[in-house]
Amino acid sequence: MNWTGILSIYRYEMTRFFRTLLQSFVSPVLSTSLYFVVFGAAIGSRIEEVDGVDYGAFIVPGLIMLSVMTQSTTNASFGIYFPKFIGTIYELLSAPINFLEIVIGYVGAAATKALFIGLVILGTSSLFVDLHIAHPLAMILFLVLTCLSFALMGFIIGIWAGNFEQLQLVPLLIVTPLVFLGGSFYSISMLPPIWQKITLFNPVVYLISGFRWSFFGQSDVPVAISLAAIFGFTLLCLGVIWWIFRTGWRIRS
Amino acid sequence: MSVILSIKDLRKSYAGGFEALKGVSLDIEEGEILALLGPNGAGKTTLISTVCGITTPTSGSVTVGGHDILTDFRAARSLIGLVPQDIFLEPFEKVWNTVRFSRGLFGKPRDDSKLEEILKKLSLWEKRLSPTKELSGGMKRRVLIAKALAHDPRVLFLDEPTAGVDVELRKDMWDIVAELKASGVTIILTTHYIEEAEAIADRVGVIRGGELLLVEEKDQLMQRMGRKQLEVQLTDPITEVPASLAHLNLELGQGGGSLIYTYDTRAERTGITALLNEVAQAGLVLADVQTRQSSLEDIFVGLVSEDVV
Ligand SMILES: Nc1ncnc2c1ncn2[C@@H]1O[C@H](COP(=O)(O)OP(=O)(O)OP(=O)(O)O)[C@@H](O)[C@H]1O
Ligand SMILES: [Mg+2]
Repeated sequence: MNWTGILSIYRYEMTRFFRTLLQSFVSPVLSTSLYFVVFGAAIGSRIEEVDGVDYGAFIVPGLIMLSVMTQSTTNASFGIYFPKFIGTIYELLSAPINFLEIVIGYVGAAATKALFIGLVILGTSSLFVDLHIAHPLAMILFLVLTCLSFALMGFIIGIWAGNFEQLQLVPLLIVTPLVFLGGSFYSISMLPPIWQKITLFNPVVYLISGFRWSFFGQSDVPVAISLAAIFGFTLLCLGVIWWIFRTGWRIRS
Repeated sequence: MSVILSIKDLRKSYAGGFEALKGVSLDIEEGEILALLGPNGAGKTTLISTVCGITTPTSGSVTVGGHDILTDFRAARSLIGLVPQDIFLEPFEKVWNTVRFSRGLFGKPRDDSKLEEILKKLSLWEKRLSPTKELSGGMKRRVLIAKALAHDPRVLFLDEPTAGVDVELRKDMWDIVAELKASGVTIILTTHYIEEAEAIADRVGVIRGGELLLVEEKDQLMQRMGRKQLEVQLTDPITEVPASLAHLNLELGQGGGSLIYTYDTRAERTGITALLNEVAQAGLVLADVQTRQSSLEDIFVGLVSEDVV
């Protein structure tokens, strides 16, 4: 393994992040605060509690998931698409580094950034609501796995994308709607019965449910299924990455 | 001298089915400078890209320092530095960071004094903290060279390093190449300027339509190629070359308005002074004089018709 190479990619990507640190820090703080004003104050005054949890606190895991999923996807997809777009990818292709090492560098950096933003949102949220995390280790595990798996997916999107529109397509048209419809801001049990069934086809439901369990000790679907879902998704992405690695799809002509 | 880069029957067909390399075989000696000449679309960049791992070969084999570029790609690529034809740089990245990144990517430990030496040699030291978008075109190209040198390559590919570069910088570039050669680096460069090949190469390869037409010691090749023509424009057109000038092997230009003299730039005497004297003595009045070097295209045409394989 070319660890120095991996570290170089990771550090290079993180430098980009630190260059815009203020922006990276301010925007999640601001948007989280806005969510609390809108959802917490407006809707929260009508709902008050969901499954015995204060509504303000209830939406925190969903809020974190929403940002973490979109951030890791867009970070990773942009991270690898950009060198492809401006041509600097020639250097990655001619270096003594293999595709998996490239993936580790880019995905690792994208996941780190998303994790950082997730933690910023968690911190901001705790200023607005009283938070007790029931299973902190599980919480971290879910968070890290979500960052990683969505960064892997983002990397695949970045390799696949032929233009900037395609790059935006998946995060905008698939990830965001699935997260919003995945019970970020409500409990599945609040839906009409038919929708309770349909919604189970949304993979994000399992992730948010499991993540929420780590906060409040209760969930829409069993935690084991949530864990299986996140592991399954990670494996699926790794499988696709492996296939790209074998075939050089969209990278080497 | 030992062979550091060995290319055997290398073929490359692109996805569309276009065959850009049709079985190229070439051995390059350690420490030599090889110039690859060829018209646009000849396959020069494809050849370099395939050796460097940017495109995958369709068939054939390449070894660098004895390491196969596919089965032993880490060892092979560690030896190679590549300066691409087009300028690919991240606009907002600082010179220093991007050069340091290149070194790390090749698995080499951080070595600031090494990078300092490279940047100073390329006159980029003052610009090390500038984002690359603030550099001139020639400086950007030198940044690419710095990146390629950052990991101490043994073989350096320069794909048209002097395209669009002014005369002074071109000379600088040649000096850099000479220095690298002195330090034992093997250099393969492509160019459209025959003078460039002449100035710095040890051997010259001519590639066209995906085939290597010839590889030859520069000195021998230049002797065959270094023809120059001098055209003497006359104020009054003539119908035939005066008998007194017959021994000069002159040709009559279009409409008899000029005389064309072909000579060898490498000959001890070009005979130009004598020519001009004799033309005047023959009673002809000179209107203008111009010289023409045989162009690369002429040479290709010449090469192909000579059936050199
Ligand atoms: N990615 C690609 N896909 C398909 N065809 C390609 C690709 N890259 C190059 N070619 C074709 O392969 C041929 C050789 O191209 P190449 O870039 O190797 O030429 P070159 O000798 O470097 O030319 P130039 O002097 O213009 O740089 C050209 O006909 C080109 O159109
Ligand atoms: Mg080229």
